[in-house]
Amino acid sequence: MNEHRHLQLRLSLLGLVCVILQITLVSQLRIAGGIADLVPLVVLAVGLLCGAMSGAVFGFVVGFFLDVALFHTLGISSLLLLTIGYVAGRVRDARDPEGAFVPLFGAAVATLAWVLGYAIIQFLLDVEAPVSGVILRQTLVTTLLNMLLALPVYALVRSWLVPALPADPRRRRRRATTTSLSPLQRAR
Amino acid sequence: MYDKSVRRRRAVLGLLVVSCLILLTAYFGESAGGGLRSIQRGFNEVISPIQEGASTALKPARDLVGWFGDTLDAKGDVEQLRNERDALRQEVVANEAAARENAELRAQLEMNQALGLGDYGPKGARVINYDPSVWYARVGIDKGSSDGLRPGMPVVASGGLVGRIDEVTRGSAQVTLITDHTSGVPARTNRRDVQGVVESSGAGNPNDLVLNYTPPRSVVRVDDRIVTSGTNSTRFESLFPPNLPIGRVTRIEDQGSDSQEIHLRPFVDLRGLEFVQVLTTVNDGDR
Repeated sequence: MNEHRHLQLRLSLLGLVCVILQITLVSQLRIAGGIADLVPLVVLAVGLLCGAMSGAVFGFVVGFFLDVALFHTLGISSLLLLTIGYVAGRVRDARDPEGAFVPLFGAAVATLAWVLGYAIIQFLLDVEAPVSGVILRQTLVTTLLNMLLALPVYALVRSWLVPALPADPRRRRRRATTTSLSPLQRAR
Repeated sequence: MYDKSVRRRRAVLGLLVVSCLILLTAYFGESAGGGLRSIQRGFNEVISPIQEGASTALKPARDLVGWFGDTLDAKGDVEQLRNERDALRQEVVANEAAARENAELRAQLEMNQALGLGDYGPKGARVINYDPSVWYARVGIDKGSSDGLRPGMPVVASGGLVGRIDEVTRGSAQVTLITDHTSGVPARTNRRDVQGVVESSGAGNPNDLVLNYTPPRSVVRVDDRIVTSGTNSTRFESLFPPNLPIGRVTRIEDQGSDSQEIHLRPFVDLRGLEFVQVLTTVNDGDR
């Protein structure tokens, strides 16, 4: 129970710091016509480290906080970020991925899902904003910047959360039984 | 045990998705003074001091990143000045920031005098946040209703018009920039008095605006200055006082046709705002 509270506390602080940093610092640093977006990276990292349930709840809360702080339509960011957190958690639960390419590849997918998902919902809500090529360029730049930041952000989130993460015997057992033989080999 | 955890996970996911959809539907359907917006304003009352503190605390970090950008542009000098740079970096960062603030505030003062904005009760404010979404062009400022700010008030910076106040809490406010897709500013060309409405040319483009609804055979030239027109109508009063500079015409598409598009570049760098002024007094004599 204490461990669970400890993790919740750390996740709450992480979400708060992430949103405050994004809107007061990172959003103002324009690089090659785009800005990095820490929010999907942090939600992705939490999903990969804590699992689908924590990822989804964390994404929902961070999205709500972001929408409230920026006077956006409530629910849009929550919906997208909970999806990112949940899918990242499912990837972790089902595949138990290891290696640097997972956060890197995940960052690209999460950022594109975040930006394009936002666009699609805006269109569904009938927001009459003409779309220019600048948006595509900004989306591309943001995705590239996020890929550059993916590994450091993942490492920081992991070092912040690891002391509060419960030991996962299922994960250790699975790794122990799957690292040497493939399922086909084991069946023989 | 496994089935139970899967069921629990799916239930939580379903609950969260339904919550999002309820929030979205309720927010989209409610009026400007609705409950959810009140929650947003109340929440911002609480977090705006945190944002303001973080913005101030992180200013050296922003200045440092900006300083690195300038340094990269001057590659040739880097080697020569490296030793000196290391020793003086902190001092330079602080001095540059102070000088830029000084120049910015001086330019705003000069603009106030030149355009007679003193009559409109300008109130200085610092930009404390930028909306990261490409769909919205908004910034947060560190002044709110306790400083006399109300929704609809025009916001200017040195150079010209920035936008209007959209949402206000006690200690902060959200400014919708003129490049936001919801913005429309009654405007005219300074030289030939061609009237129109300045709107965003597309989401996510901070350097391009369009003067729409101009008469088809109106004469507008590249480099013409566009300013706010105020309004002569007592029924549909403009939020913006007359003669505030907006931008300069960069190109005209389908000139002379009914659908001509007059593109302009705003005078103010809307992605580099640090200080703005809110015009808190409406001067009816000018309308």
